[in-house]
Formats: sequence, structure tokens, C-alpha cells
Amino acid sequence: MQTATASSTPTIVIAGNPNTGKSTVFNQLTGGRAKIGNYPGVTVERSTGRTMLPGGRLATVNDSPGTYSLASRSSEELLAVESIAGIDPLPRPDLVVVTVDASQLSRNLYLVLQIIELRVPVIVALNMTDTLAESGQRIDVSTLERELGVPVVPMMARRGTGLGDLVRTVDRVLQEPSVALPGWRWTPQPGPLTEDIAAIADTVPETWHHGCDDRRRALALWALLSIDAEHYLAGVPGSLRQRTAERREAAGSAGRDLDREIIEGRYAWIDSCVSRCLREDPRRVSITDRVDRLLLHPALGLFLFLAMMTIIFQALFTGADPLIGLIEEGVARVGHAAGTVLGPGLPGEFVVNGVIEGVGAFVVFLPQILMLFLFIGLMEDSGYMARVAVLMDRVMKSMGLHGRAFVPMLSGFACAVPAILATRTMERRRDRLLTMMALPLMTCSARLPVYGLLIAAMVPPWQEGGFSQGLLMAFMYLFGTAMALIVAWVMSKTMLRGSYIPLVIEMPPYRVPHWPSVWRMVMRRVGDFMKTAGTIILIGSIIIWALLSFPRDSRLEAPFEQQAQAIEQQLEAASGDEDRSALEGQLQQVQRERASAMTRHSYAGRLGHAIEPLIEPLGFDWKIGVGIISAFAAREVFVSTMGVVFGVGEDVDEASEDLRSKMWSDRWPDGRRVFTPLVCLSLMVFFALACQCMSTLAVVRRETGGWGWPAFMFVYMTVLAWTASFLVFQTGRLLGFA
Amino acid sequence: MTSLDQLQEGATATLVSVDGQPTLRRRLMEMGLLPGTPLQLIRRLDLGGVLELEVRRSRLSIRHGEATHLHVVRT
Repeated sequence: MQTATASSTPTIVIAGNPNTGKSTVFNQLTGGRAKIGNYPGVTVERSTGRTMLPGGRLATVNDSPGTYSLASRSSEELLAVESIAGIDPLPRPDLVVVTVDASQLSRNLYLVLQIIELRVPVIVALNMTDTLAESGQRIDVSTLERELGVPVVPMMARRGTGLGDLVRTVDRVLQEPSVALPGWRWTPQPGPLTEDIAAIADTVPETWHHGCDDRRRALALWALLSIDAEHYLAGVPGSLRQRTAERREAAGSAGRDLDREIIEGRYAWIDSCVSRCLREDPRRVSITDRVDRLLLHPALGLFLFLAMMTIIFQALFTGADPLIGLIEEGVARVGHAAGTVLGPGLPGEFVVNGVIEGVGAFVVFLPQILMLFLFIGLMEDSGYMARVAVLMDRVMKSMGLHGRAFVPMLSGFACAVPAILATRTMERRRDRLLTMMALPLMTCSARLPVYGLLIAAMVPPWQEGGFSQGLLMAFMYLFGTAMALIVAWVMSKTMLRGSYIPLVIEMPPYRVPHWPSVWRMVMRRVGDFMKTAGTIILIGSIIIWALLSFPRDSRLEAPFEQQAQAIEQQLEAASGDEDRSALEGQLQQVQRERASAMTRHSYAGRLGHAIEPLIEPLGFDWKIGVGIISAFAAREVFVSTMGVVFGVGEDVDEASEDLRSKMWSDRWPDGRRVFTPLVCLSLMVFFALACQCMSTLAVVRRETGGWGWPAFMFVYMTVLAWTASFLVFQTGRLLGFA
Repeated sequence: MTSLDQLQEGATATLVSVDGQPTLRRRLMEMGLLPGTPLQLIRRLDLGGVLELEVRRSRLSIRHGEATHLHVVRT
């Protein structure tokens, strides 16, 4: 068989069971600089990167989907075998590195055997040797090498040990592939099974086997375990499909259990291999078992779990506040300093309100992202995350979600941005997508000020809010959570239907978290966010600033300028403190009115007018439209925009009495009040469901590698929000609440 | 003979047969749950609906629903 010549760039594929450190090895080989793209023709993501080999040679490194077996049931799973075997149009790998969890040797070797059968050079990266030692076991590496006939490199990938060895072995095998091509390990006895294989091998297309007999038979064996009436695998030639079906049927009517024959054959080989290279100390109760007795205890374990989740939630929800406050203050100071240096006028406004505020808009997420990933890193590294998945499996599965989706969904109550980044703890893309799509419906902390303002606006300004308003706030939380779960459930039954995975969970032994690797992971995530999502958020902020600040119209500003000048002159002449403060108040009022007029006149103001026919059936006027448009920068901006539009200044918060009374007395041209309780409720429902957050869209783009999913998210959430608000408002009106 | 989900914590057993849909059955066997395999039920996590097993010298957790397809005799 031919291999790539030394001059061209060799291709390395990383394969392995789920949760064996595949992506850790991939990241370390490529230095974390991976390009995320799709497999040709399908929307399954594939990471590609490059690695530097000794001697300065470059190699391409491709990730492959994590899998327990190459036998496929779905077109997605077909990709694992296609990328490993290099079936057209995927490149033929020069080498496959299989990551193996040393503490789950048998199950991992099952995949290794299948890959060796395909006759591609294989290196086994024997990972997690540290956890193996903890459970009192040891693997004799040279015996394992001899048995498998391929190089075995012991590693602790999380700690970065063994990586140098792996790179040297990769280099050696690329130069001399024969040391990693032992041929079939388990060979069926001549008999009905070998006849089946030979018969099917005839129909394996040349583009698959490239004239190599081992590979041809391996693909025939693969077909026997993969192709059946239950699942349609796109891309499998009809003749192969038909021949396989015939042989399976014949075997069935002869009373043979083909699946068991093949799987038992492989496991018989594995069992004897493992018994030769696995050394065991006399059984002892490991620390892990003792800790699990506590943490997985039906009552105590649940209590500890809830306590831990409460701590995380509190940390995100309130613990991050001082840091966020510091950042906001810092941004304000930088803005103020820049404003003083640049003076009044457009360039200064652009730098202060566009650029600096825009940078602030994504830097402000850092405390929560940092904290969440610190917790997740600690939970992953200590081994607790796998237990969370187990504890939550039943509840989450009933909604179609993965057990590991619990932490991201919970974090969604604080902020969707770090929560979406946290979906990476799930291996399958389908699980990640489903969580990402439903998550922004959880009531994040940015909705709180909006709800606060609108709930306050429901009662007249001269009245105090009561118990029922607290109840309404609680209801909004419940509503958001319920909608998120319903959406997850619906999507899991329709567009994001996952193939059923029977065995999901392996519980790794507990370990003391390794701080340097946790910290490296946190920093990598933060860096990722800053680089990709940050840019989009900055650009988005500038666009929204421009929409609210242009066009300029000196005729519009002139009367305010004149008024302001007149007051300033009086101010210079005034002597008494009382006079001065009254005049300063007047001056501020003029400036607020000017800001209000400019906003009403701006593109955003015109857009608000333009969308009024669309939002009128929800009970919203154009001013609310402007608020909705500006809230795209971040939901809480709605409050300050209302402040500007109503001429009470942008430094208002949701408790502002001025703003409340302005909203109370705001009227449609025909004299009806705008902010009736029904409109407030309709608007809250809109904010609960609409995708009013460009940062969320920016991170979804970052995580999915394209604009398709963020676009879908925006559309579905907006349609959902519009429909729900419409129903609330129109039903309310029919019932006479308007 | 009984199904795996009926075992008590700490019980040891030997797998006798695997049934269920062909794909599910194949998957279970590919995870090393083959007829004749000895196993131990380490822990029942009834809240999560999961059973933790020790099989072929490693740990594995499966759902109650899947465990009903695994028929065992206690040893």
C-alpha cells in the first residue's frame, strides 16, 4: 500500500472512545489552534489543526467523532469510520492515534482492534495511567505493545506528561509505517463467518479498499455489524448493502447469531490480551468507592449536590457582582478620561460611547465566565461532573437533554453567555446544540431590571408595590424555565432528534484537581471568548450606538443649544447657591430633552416607528420599539433607553420614580395609556422569550462555527416571543383588561 | 434467572442472555456485556435511574431501562 511521501504534509487522525482525553491530546498536539469546520456535505463539526514534528515538519491533525465502536447506525456515526479509513472525499490518514482510557482497557481495545483491522498505521495513546494506579492496577506496556503489534505511549494528557513521547513516536511511525501495521489481531476461524466476509468483500468498492485485502475484509466485517434494515446509511453503495442484507438473512435463518459471533470473537482476543498485560494488586476498597458512598448516597448525596449547585448559582448570580461593578466603574473612568481628552464632538462620542462602551460590553462577561469555568474545571478534573450527569440523567433525559446539560442550564439563570460556552462539557454535538438552543430562554440576570421596571410600572406611581408583584417576578422565572424545557423537549423530538445512545456514563475515579491544567483550560476558554465573540460584540455595540446617534441634525439641536447657552449665561451671573442649583437642574433638564429629541429623530427612532405596525398587535408603540432595538446590545439597556426616550436621562435604574411616572402618563395619540398592566405583561413575556442579546448570538456563532444556528435561534425565539405576546395581549383585551 | 435491574447492591451475577432491539443489543454486547460475562452491581442510583456495574475489570453505568434487557443468574 502507498503512504504519503516525506515531502507532502502527512495527515493524522485522532480517534478514541468518548471521554478518553481525545480532545486534550488534540489540543496539545495542535497547541489549541484548531479550525472548526464541517465534514463535507453534512453539519457535523470537525476540528482540524497542525502540529510541528521534530525536524520542523508539519502534519495536519484531524479530530474524529468519539465512539465505542466503528459499527455505525447513523450517517453521523458513519463519519468515524470514513475519517479513519479515509473514504472519499475525506483524506486517507497516514496515521491514526487512538486515545485509550487505561482504566477501561477492554472496552477501549475493542475500538483499537477495529482500527488496526483497517490497515492504517496505529499508535495507542494510553491515557489516564494515573487513575489506573489509583485503583490498584498497572499495565505492562511492553506486553501490550507486543500483543497489539503497534506502539503504545503511556500518557497523562491532562497533566501534559507523555506528549513528547507521543510526538516522537508519531514522527517515527510516519517515517516507518510498517512498525504500526500488524495486520488483523483477531482472525475468525475458517467457517461460515469467513465465507460471509469473503462474499461481502467482493462488493466493497475500490475507492474504499484501495486494493488492500486486509482493509477490504475489515470493511466487509464492518458492513456486517452496521448495515441492516433498521438504519439507512447514506453513502453506502447499493450492491454492498444488498449483499450484506442477504448474508445476514441467511445467517439468521441458519440460526446463527452474527452479532454475537463477531463481538464475542473480538472480546475473546481482548480478554486474553488484557489478562497478560494487566497487573492487579489484591483488591482494596479505593478512595473513590468511599467518596461515592457519600456523594452518591440517595439522601446525603442529593443534599450535597443541591448545596454545591446553590453555591455555583450564588457565585454567578451575586458573587460576580463586585467584580462586574469594578469593571463597569473602570470602563466609565476610561470613558470619562477619554472624553475629557477628546473633548465634545463626534470623534470623542465615537470613542467613548461606541468603542469603549463596546469593549466594556464584552469585558463585563469575564467575571462570570471565569467563575463558571473554574467551577466546571474543578468538577471535571475531580471526576464529579460525571456523577452530576448520573444524578440528573433521569430528569434531564425526560426533556431530551443530556445529564451534563444540567450545569449549563442552571448557569443560564445568571447569564446565557458563559452557560453556552459551558455546553462543551458534552461530547455529542446534538446534545450541545439542543442545550444551546433552549438555554437563552432561562431567565438571565439581564432580564431582572427590565422585569423590575415593568412590574413597577403596573401600579400607579403613588402606590407602593405589594406581594403580588413579588409573585409576578417568581412567575416570570417559572415561565422562562418551563419554556426552555418545553422547547428542549420539542426540539429533541423533531429537528434535533438524537440516535439513542444506550450506555452513556463512565464514572472516572476521584482525583485531587490539578490546578495548572484547570487554570490552562479556564484561560483558553476566556481567550477564545475574547477573540471571537468579543469582536462581534464590539462591532454590534458600535452599530447600535450609531443607530441611536445618527443622523445628526443641527436644526433639531439648535433650540436646545440656545436654551442651554441662555441658562449658562444666567448661571455665570447668578450668585446665590439656591439659584445656582435651580439653574443647574434646568440645564440638565434641557440636555435630557435634547438627548430625547435626538434619539426620537435617530435611525433607531425611525426604526421604532417603522416596526410599530408589527408590534402594535402586541400593545407596543414605537418608543417600546426603540427600546427593543437598543436592548439588542444587552437586555438591561432597555431601561436606560426608556430613560433617554422619556427625557429623564440615561442614568436611571428600574426603581426610578421619575421614569415610572413618565411611563404611567405616557399616552397613544388617541389618548389611551401606553403602559397598561396588560402591555407591561405582554412586554415581559416578549423579553422572556425574544433573543434580545447579540452576545448570546455571538457565542453561539463561536461554538457552532457558522451563522446558521445563531440565525435559527434568533428567528425561532423572535417568532415565539411575538406569538406569545400577541396571545397575551389579545386575550387580555378580549377579557376586557386593556 | 432474573434481569439485571432486579439485583441488590453488591450482588454478583453472570450474564446469560441479552435481548432487545438488534441495535441496542449489539451496542450492549459491544460494551463488553456478552453472555457468560461475570459482573457485579456496585451501586443502584435510583434517583438518576442508573446502575453502576463492574464488568471486565472496569466500571460502567447503564440505565434501568437497558438493564431490563440483560438477563443474569446470581452467583
